[in-house]
Amino acid sequence: MSTTTEKAAARRIAPPPAPAGRRVRKPSMGVQNAAGWLFSTPFLVLFTVFMAFPILATLVMSFTDFGLRNVTRPWEAEFIGFENYVKLFGDEKFLKSLFNTGYFVVVGVPLTIGIGLVTAVLLNNGIDRARTFFRVGFYAPVVTTIVAVAVVWRFVLDPSDGLIAGLFSEVGWSAPDFLGSETLAMPSLIVMAVWRNVGTVMVLFIAGLQAVPTEVREAAKLDGASVWQEFRRITVPLLRPTLLYATVITTIGYLNVFEEPFVMTQGGPSDSTLTVSLNMYREGFNFFHMGYASAMAYVLFVVIMAITVLQLRLLKDNTK
Amino acid sequence: MSATSSHAPATRTPERKRRSASRPLVYVLLSLGLLVMSAPFLWMGISAFKTQSELSASPPVWIPTEWTLTNFRQLLDKLDLPLYFMNSVIVAVLVTVSNLVFCSMLGYALAKLNFVGRNKVFGLVLGALMVPGNLMLLPLFVLMSKLQLIDSYAGLVLPFAAGAFGVFLMRQFMQSIPDELLEAARMDGASEWYIFWRIVMPLVKPALATLSIFTFLGSWNNFVWPLIATNDPDKYTLPVALATFATDPNKAGGSNGMLMAGAFLIVLPVLIVFIALQRHFTQGIATAGMK
Repeated sequence: MSTTTEKAAARRIAPPPAPAGRRVRKPSMGVQNAAGWLFSTPFLVLFTVFMAFPILATLVMSFTDFGLRNVTRPWEAEFIGFENYVKLFGDEKFLKSLFNTGYFVVVGVPLTIGIGLVTAVLLNNGIDRARTFFRVGFYAPVVTTIVAVAVVWRFVLDPSDGLIAGLFSEVGWSAPDFLGSETLAMPSLIVMAVWRNVGTVMVLFIAGLQAVPTEVREAAKLDGASVWQEFRRITVPLLRPTLLYATVITTIGYLNVFEEPFVMTQGGPSDSTLTVSLNMYREGFNFFHMGYASAMAYVLFVVIMAITVLQLRLLKDNTK
Repeated sequence: MSATSSHAPATRTPERKRRSASRPLVYVLLSLGLLVMSAPFLWMGISAFKTQSELSASPPVWIPTEWTLTNFRQLLDKLDLPLYFMNSVIVAVLVTVSNLVFCSMLGYALAKLNFVGRNKVFGLVLGALMVPGNLMLLPLFVLMSKLQLIDSYAGLVLPFAAGAFGVFLMRQFMQSIPDELLEAARMDGASEWYIFWRIVMPLVKPALATLSIFTFLGSWNNFVWPLIATNDPDKYTLPVALATFATDPNKAGGSNGMLMAGAFLIVLPVLIVFIALQRHFTQGIATAGMK
């Protein structure tokens, strides 16, 4: 979640002092305290057991040699200090997966944000009819099961019987083996990710656009601003909070990319689509190098946090 | 909820006049975009009903000459889809119900109850929103093994039983309920539970609808955790069954027709529900994103 949200939330959460004085709060305070905590209990218990504890446990495990035998006897895992982390940065496979994930994010995020923004502006300002029709169409991939669409896309990209191959053959070309090629496999996964996620970004931007006061645009038009000037100087700056939020959530999602390579390429060919999450899954659940996989999970987590903080700094509204 | 007040105001006349020339171009662009977006679905829908020979025909057959259910029959012979369907439904229903209750409870407390430590609890919720799920997988698997919950519905449901997103969403909605209403009920001697269950919950029905849709869908589409938390094929959910089938060369036998039939059966219910309830989707995303 963005800090803009947090700040706004923090502002709202502060109890207004005036009513507190006016109303007779004293007798109900104790009741509200008890009720507040009782209402919080189910979430807090589930959060503690299935989130807080595993997050800490992953950290502890990353400093141990946790293996298959420790699944039944976790306490017998031995501490080995930073060995996993040291090994990680000499592990070519891990470095490759780190690079692949970076590639996926660096190309995929701007494409998703850019196409989502343009679609939103066209839908919101460019047409009057059939808005819902187009919006539903562009958003549909977001709701579909990723495993199912990955299976579909694998067939779409099939070099002999796929959709692309079919279209190519109509004009007399032969299609490359997209998923079997070291250079084309990752771009293919990126195209699919953009296809699937552009709807989320579009809906966010449409909501943002509708919050832009029409007077501002009207004024720009009266002053003779061109369509491009209006987009560049009015729309984009006013969409800054939405842009920030959309970029942060898309980046976090893409850094965790797992299903697409799992179903479509199994990380291949020659690890060219092996992402950090897939690598972690394999190390942890195929080979049961769970201590080592925990270290991977934490490196990815630190990268995600660092990039999120960086984005919040870079894209923050400086006028505030 | 400024974000959800749809459609631009009526004062668009100058804009309409000035841009009328470029409108057809915008429609063409958007239609092309829509064609690209729907192409994989159309391809899936058509291929699922093609015969084996038309699936691999060259030049390709765009519209099948005869629509066949063979792919579906073959798939049902190989995969116990009704079982996986039931597993997916049971898990999704349990996750949805528990989220509706637990997230609303905390959402209400955060929005309307003044209790010591409220800001800290809300901080936890915001923090939980940021944590990537992959970070928890390894110890969660060990924990579930220890609790003997691998291959059980409880093991599939519990980690998702109260999501931070739901708490956040419910809190946002419940803040718009006037305090006076709750104070009046308190004056009349209503208990906090009564106020929550009988007054607040009926008022936030639209939010509950949005949360149900998102939670159900999230569970329906969830893959990584069910993949890890099930070893017994009888406990697979639909995505796990399909992915296992699709990535095991011995089982699929290279039959794209069967895989398209499988994808079709998973995607179609979701698409129908989405089109029927599309307003809730866009509102939910906008609310969560804009506030």
